[in-house]
Amino acid sequence: MSSPSVAVPDISNRRAPALGGFNLTVLRLEVRRMLRNRRTLLFTMVLPVLFFLIFGLNKAYAHDRLANGNESAFIMVSMALYGAVLATTSGGAMVSIERAAGWSRQLRLTPLSPVAYIAIKMLTAMVLGLGSVVVVFVVGRISGVPRMAGYLWIGLGLSVWVGALVFAAFGLFMGYLLPTENVMQILSFALLLFSFGGGLFIPLSQFAPVLQTIAKYTPLYGLNQLVHAPLIGGSVDPAWAANAVIWLLLFAGGAVWRFRKDTARV
Amino acid sequence: MTSTSAQATARSRAAGHFQAVDLAGVHKNFASVRAVQGIDLSIAAGEIVALLGPNGAGKTTTIDMILGLSRPTSGTVSVFGMQPRQAINRGLVSAVMQTGGLLKDLTVGETIQYTASLFTRSQPAKEVLDRAGISGIADRKVAKCSGGEQQRLRFAMALLSDPELLVLDEPTTGMDVDGRRSFWAAIREDAAQGRTVLFATHYLEEADAYAGRIVLLRRGQVVADGTAAQIKALSAGRTVRATLPGADAESLRVIPGAESVELRGDTVLIHSSDSDAVARYLLSSTQARDLEITARGIEDAFIALTGDQDTHTPPATTEGASR
Repeated sequence: MSSPSVAVPDISNRRAPALGGFNLTVLRLEVRRMLRNRRTLLFTMVLPVLFFLIFGLNKAYAHDRLANGNESAFIMVSMALYGAVLATTSGGAMVSIERAAGWSRQLRLTPLSPVAYIAIKMLTAMVLGLGSVVVVFVVGRISGVPRMAGYLWIGLGLSVWVGALVFAAFGLFMGYLLPTENVMQILSFALLLFSFGGGLFIPLSQFAPVLQTIAKYTPLYGLNQLVHAPLIGGSVDPAWAANAVIWLLLFAGGAVWRFRKDTARV
Repeated sequence: MTSTSAQATARSRAAGHFQAVDLAGVHKNFASVRAVQGIDLSIAAGEIVALLGPNGAGKTTTIDMILGLSRPTSGTVSVFGMQPRQAINRGLVSAVMQTGGLLKDLTVGETIQYTASLFTRSQPAKEVLDRAGISGIADRKVAKCSGGEQQRLRFAMALLSDPELLVLDEPTTGMDVDGRRSFWAAIREDAAQGRTVLFATHYLEEADAYAGRIVLLRRGQVVADGTAAQIKALSAGRTVRATLPGADAESLRVIPGAESVELRGDTVLIHSSDSDAVARYLLSSTQARDLEITARGIEDAFIALTGDQDTHTPPATTEGASR
């Protein structure tokens, strides 16, 4: 019942949170959720390691020398990139599941700002991506087959990880674009195509000339060339960086566009 | 009805300058659909208000605007004197929505932790779980919780910021009778501490049992606003039904106490606050037979006030189409 004697609530001490609600508790819980998902773990941690063990330790070519390392290290970097890309894409694409579950809407009833939410998703994706890179590199180290200078272990690991940011944006874009709970099944297929296009699995020189030309415009091509360049030696083609940056802008732009649409108050 | 609405507004204004919710001339259109067509509604701090109406009456649309999830096409919405989004950022308002809004791969306890971390200040997890009656299942995955447990979890989440206003959008949809009863018991206990509660429902008994004030919506407009007793009074009286071939609505309308007359073929229905007088007249002065007298409950008031068939709206009197 309403009653005239109800005290006027004191709301003067109520404040909005700093950083739009961004905090480490949420980040920790988000990472825990990702680690709980067996399929995600299989794809992002187990599969790249498996591929490395199969292709990276083959005695026929593993010890072939490159300018600053060997062929096994080259393949290890490829697989770390593949894992990191899968991981960051999965992390970004989680928004699709959250939108389907109504969680995004629920969060709009809390102080969490949409930008802070996106930051948390990107960071979660990057944490998982880091996990993929570290797992592949650690297995490589233990196997003792990949050879490259110490600074390259660190430098290439970091490059692969930072480069995978492109795909955190890709995952986010797709997560907002595709209205399905099975978004990762579609995206794993897309990533497989990108990986072939980027030359992660088979050297592009073995493709037909037409396919080689097409491959140069796919999203993993530039990144893959860049992270391997220090191993092979030789000059860096500015087109590689352009490829990575343009795809990053496209994916991030797409994500912002869909995100604005999603959070617009109608 | 207009008068009860005015009274309710005046009453809530008198409770203090402080309005928990204030809607002024709010309209909301979706493409060609006019979902809300001019709602003025003030809810004072401490009130428990039911937004009652059939599906499509504009309840959810109204609630979405109060929560800042959507913006009115015209008119203003303010919550504690500020924009809805500002009130949410300060943890002044929280809501329990109908369905969804939970992550299946988190546990109940983690969901609470997650939500709590977003507010500047929040109640201890254990306390809100206790109050929602789910402290025993804190380690359970959300996916393994029953519909009722999930709803209690939503309630616990809504309590975290210790909101001044709690909004519930058809909170017991899909719950069984027991679940519904215990859910409301928890809400009621909580509201006793002075929280303002606004809930949408299409269950009359819920509005009647738990709200101090009922706002009836129909086609995006407020058609009645008052206490449950006042709403019930709108439906006072009984219906006298009889078979009377060739009845003439005009002549029946002059029966003392007859409020409305409806003809359906040979059947005549007369709504009246003095059913005895109507029955006496029908039996003594006309050829009426098979006479029946039934009470009109709040159910009828609801249908009468919110039904889409205008023929049922008292006190308007209608003619049978079959004549």
